[in-house]
Amino acid sequence: MNSPATLDQWSRFTPKQRLKRYGVLLATLLVVAWALQSINVIWEWVWDSPAQMADLFGRMVPPDPQNLPSIMQAMWETVNIATIATLFAVIISLPVAYIAARNTTPNVVTLWIGRFILVSSRSVNTIIWALLFVAIFGPGIIAGIVAIMFRSIGFMGKLLGEAIEEIDTRPVEALQASGASRFKVVLYAIVPQVMPTFFAVSILRWDINLRESTVLGLVGAGGIGIILQGAIDTFNWPEVSMILLAILAFVILGEVVSMYLRKRIL
Amino acid sequence: MLKIEKLVKRYNGGDPVLKDLDLEVGGQEVVSIIGSSGAGKSTLLRCINRLVEPTSGTITLNGTDLTKLKKSELRLARRRIGMVFQSFNLVDRLTVMENVQSGRLGYISTWAALTRRYPKSDIRRAYELMERVGIAHYANKRADELSGGERQRVGVVRALMQQPEILLADEPTASLDPKTSEQIMALLRDLANELELPVIINIHNVTEAKQYTDRIVGMRYGRIIFDDVPDALDAAAMDDIYAGVPAEDRAAQGAAA
Repeated sequence: MNSPATLDQWSRFTPKQRLKRYGVLLATLLVVAWALQSINVIWEWVWDSPAQMADLFGRMVPPDPQNLPSIMQAMWETVNIATIATLFAVIISLPVAYIAARNTTPNVVTLWIGRFILVSSRSVNTIIWALLFVAIFGPGIIAGIVAIMFRSIGFMGKLLGEAIEEIDTRPVEALQASGASRFKVVLYAIVPQVMPTFFAVSILRWDINLRESTVLGLVGAGGIGIILQGAIDTFNWPEVSMILLAILAFVILGEVVSMYLRKRIL
Repeated sequence: MLKIEKLVKRYNGGDPVLKDLDLEVGGQEVVSIIGSSGAGKSTLLRCINRLVEPTSGTITLNGTDLTKLKKSELRLARRRIGMVFQSFNLVDRLTVMENVQSGRLGYISTWAALTRRYPKSDIRRAYELMERVGIAHYANKRADELSGGERQRVGVVRALMQQPEILLADEPTASLDPKTSEQIMALLRDLANELELPVIINIHNVTEAKQYTDRIVGMRYGRIIFDDVPDALDAAAMDDIYAGVPAEDRAAQGAAA
C-alpha cells in the first residue's frame, strides 16, 4: 500500500476488497432466494399455521390419561431398547476403535476395515437403519435394538479411536521395553488412559439413544413411537399430548440419570 | 556383560547416527554417557533393547545376540534389560503398586495382569524395593499424585522388578531439580552395587557424571571419542566432546578419535 498523504484516513478494506465482499453477499442472497423459490412452498398454508396451531392445541388439552398404563409400558420398552442397544454397541465398538486407531491397528488393511465400519455406521441415520432392520427382523423391538446399535457403533468407535490416538505414548514405550506382550501393553498403558473417555462416551450415547428410541416406533421398530403413531392416525389428540408429555418427562429423567452417572464415575 | 560391536544406526537412509560403535560394559560398573544433543546417546541406549532397530552390528548381552532375535524372543530378552526414562513414563491413572508390577508383565499370565492378582513373591519384592527407595507408603496412591523425584523412584523400581541383567537410564535426572537429581544418581549408583548390576546412564550433567559414576564415555557425532575414569576427563577432553564444531568438521572430528 502506498502511504496516505494525511494521517486521518484509514480503511479496513481496499475498494477492490469491498466490492468483492458485496459481491459474495449478493451471491449468497441469490442462492437463498433461488432455494426458497425452488422448494414450492404453499404460502396459504404457512400463513394459516398459527390458527391451525391454536386449533390443534385446543384439541390436545386436556391430555387424556386413560391409556397411561399402556403408555408407560411402551416407555419401559423404549428405555430397554436404548439401554440394551448401548450395551451391545459399547462391547462391539471397543475392537472397532482398536483397529480404527492409527497407533494400535495391526496393519493398513485392518485400519481401513475399521474406518469403513465407522463411516458406514455413521453415515446412515438411525431411522434408516430401523427401516432396514424392520424389513429383516419384522416389526418390533429387535429391529429397534439392532438399528440403534448399528448407529452407535460408529459414534462410539470414532470417539474412542480418537482417544486412543491421543494417548501419551511414553508409558507404552516403557512397557514394551520391559518385554510385555502387545495385549498386556494395551491393558496397562492404553486402557487406563482411555477409560475416562470410554465412560463419558458411553453415557453420552445412552442419553442420545434414549431420545432416538422414542421415534423408532414411527417405522415400526418398537417403543413409544408405535403408540404415538397410532394416536396420530386416529386423530386421538388428547392421547397424543399425553404421550408427548410422557416423552418429555422421560427425556428429562434420562438427562438427570446420565448427569448423576457422569458425576459419580468421572 | 554387554558387548556392542560395530554398531551402526541410520534413520531412513540418512547419515548414520551411530558409526561403527564398540562398547563393553560389565560387572557392576556404573557408566555414564555424555555428549551434546544429537551425539547419538539416546539412540545408542535404545538400540540395546531395540526400541530403535540397529542397522548393522551386534549387541550381545551375556551370550545372547540381541540384534538377531525374532519378536517373541526379543520380548524374553527385553525382560532382562531394565530401562529408566527422562519423563518417568509411568501410567498416571494407575496406582504406584500397579506401575511397579507392570515391570513384571513379561513374566506373569495375562489373567493375573488383568485381575491385578500378582504372585506373592512379586508383591514381596515390590515392597522390598519400594521400601529401599522410600516410596512403600505410596503403594496405593495414583502415580500422578507423586512428585517428580518420587515418580522417578517408581520408574527405577519398575525397571528393577524385571530382575534385569543390566539397567539403562536415558537422562533419568533431566526433569528433576538439582537436589532430587543427585538423590536419584546416588540411588542408581548404590543399587548397582547392591544388586550387582551394570548401569548405563545417559546424562547431560557432567558434574554428576563425574561424581556418581565409575566410568565416563564421551560421544560425538555417533562415535565414542572418550572412554575412561572420571578423573581423566580434563578440559581438553571436554572441549573435544562439547566444542561447537560446525557440521562440516564432522569427518575431521571422527578421524581425530
